[in-house]
Amino acid sequence: MQPIDAVPVRRPGRWIAALAVALLAAAVVRSVATNPRFQWDVVGEMLFSDRILHGLVLTLELTVIAMVAGVALGILVAVARMSPNKLLAGAGAFYVWLFRGTPVLVQLLFWNFIAALYPTIELGPIHADANTLITPFMASLLGLALNQAAYMAEIVRAGILSVPEGQAEAASALGLSRAQTLRRIVLPQAMRVIVPPTGNETISMLKTTSLVSVIASSDLLYSAQLIYSQSFQQIPLLIVVCIWYLAITTLLSLGQSMLERRYGRGVARARRETKPMRLPNLAVAR
Amino acid sequence: MIVATGVHKRYGTLDVLKGIDLTVQRGEVTCLIGPSGSGKSTFLRCVNRLERIQGGRLAVDGELMGYKTKRGRLHELREDEIAAQRAQIGMVFQHFHLFAHMTALENVVEAPLRVRKVKREDAVAQGTALLARVGLEDKLDAYPSQLSGGQQQRVAIARALAMEPKLMLFDEPTSALDPETVGEVLDVIRDLAADGMTMLVVTHEMGFAREVADTVVFMDEGRVIESGPPDELLERPAHPRTREFLARVL
Ligand SMILES: Nc1ncnc2c1ncn2[C@@H]1O[C@H](COP(=O)(O)OP(=O)(O)OP(=O)(O)O)[C@@H](O)[C@H]1O
Ligand SMILES: [Mg+2]
Repeated sequence: MQPIDAVPVRRPGRWIAALAVALLAAAVVRSVATNPRFQWDVVGEMLFSDRILHGLVLTLELTVIAMVAGVALGILVAVARMSPNKLLAGAGAFYVWLFRGTPVLVQLLFWNFIAALYPTIELGPIHADANTLITPFMASLLGLALNQAAYMAEIVRAGILSVPEGQAEAASALGLSRAQTLRRIVLPQAMRVIVPPTGNETISMLKTTSLVSVIASSDLLYSAQLIYSQSFQQIPLLIVVCIWYLAITTLLSLGQSMLERRYGRGVARARRETKPMRLPNLAVAR
Repeated sequence: MIVATGVHKRYGTLDVLKGIDLTVQRGEVTCLIGPSGSGKSTFLRCVNRLERIQGGRLAVDGELMGYKTKRGRLHELREDEIAAQRAQIGMVFQHFHLFAHMTALENVVEAPLRVRKVKREDAVAQGTALLARVGLEDKLDAYPSQLSGGQQQRVAIARALAMEPKLMLFDEPTSALDPETVGEVLDVIRDLAADGMTMLVVTHEMGFAREVADTVVFMDEGRVIESGPPDELLERPAHPRTREFLARVL
């Protein structure tokens, strides 16, 4: 065998770009490390302080509960929208229109002031004062979950539509009920389409929960705001907040890729070993 | 086993079935032939009520599909009652429609577990035996995407048989297959015929129809044109439309 000993193509453009990026990065790192006003000592001190950790726990609770409720309600809304019953379908469409068409911040404020609309809430035997029932935490949950359900409904609907009709047909031909067909045959296959955007939605939800600081729900951001309103250490506390958000989003991204692999079962087996896409090497075409 | 009288089916303004009269005897194999668009698949789908009919009567094993008669009037069946009727009729599709997220064995045991509420170990034993019967004992854990077309169709047949149906419907079971795998699927169907399974088979395989069918039914434009034993209908068709069709496909 004759070895190939060729001179590789020179790519001066790439070298110059890489050099520029490296220089820029070095400058930023130097400035961040040496500017005393970042107050890294305060960052280190506050990162695991009680109040920040409490805020973090509330943020995580809000994210998890709002997402779980949003997904469950979203599936119901999606199924309603796709129902042969016109009234149900219309109700589903109206829900999506209403909750997707208004800013989540406005919806949070609305739930916060719901007592002005309904001072007492009666649900059958339950009878409560709206101000005691709708705490800032409840208002936050309602606002986030109901809004999320509208987005999830659209994602779930796209997922259900992605499953070939023959699958549901084969299931009915075997005698499975509509509910069984949905739960056992259609939804598991729709997951492949539903999971990736739901992962993004979860990451997005984690950050959206910071909006609840406007209704004095003591989440991660609001806790930091409370601290710096007394200590005036705004920048280090906001850095603490960013560090926590980044840490959690990183974990969530890892979880997401694991879920995607699980729900790719049976289909697209070859795609399991996908590599991240790179821009095509234009030089090859020459 | 199937008694259809004057079955009408419309899609919007398009009359697809214009009064089908057809009888399939218990233990017999009936092959349904006819040009594309003549309504063969539609009729098959009416038999297990995947489609509702607009007129006529369609009974399987003495039961009207989708209705019951009470005090001389027809009453529509509830969804679960229709599902119970469907569970007794096996259906095999041209494009298999295996559940893509399940292995071959999971495909076969799904309906017995959920519909007939069979115990898991019994369902698995039965499913394994059925897959062995169609020659796939070494593919129990394969996903549909890892199987050839002929293998997928054999899993689909095993899946339908797992419900212990009294009637099997086949809609062009070999039309989507490579020529070399058509034989393995026809072998399985032939085997079922020998076991006395009642079957209604839509097919373009005239050789198979001649060999296996007790009755061949020729359909055109939503009507049954003629029917009879294969050697009569295929060799000496009475109707010019049948002759024309056979001349094209044979
Ligand atoms: N869901 C539907 N909506 C509207 N028209 C339909 C539908 N399904 C079938 N048709 C029409 O009904 C007619 C009969 O179709 P069918 O599939 O029963 O024919 P076929 O005999 O099975 O043909 P092939 O041999 O091509 O499978 C065709 O004209 C088709 O366009
Ligand atoms: Mg057809």
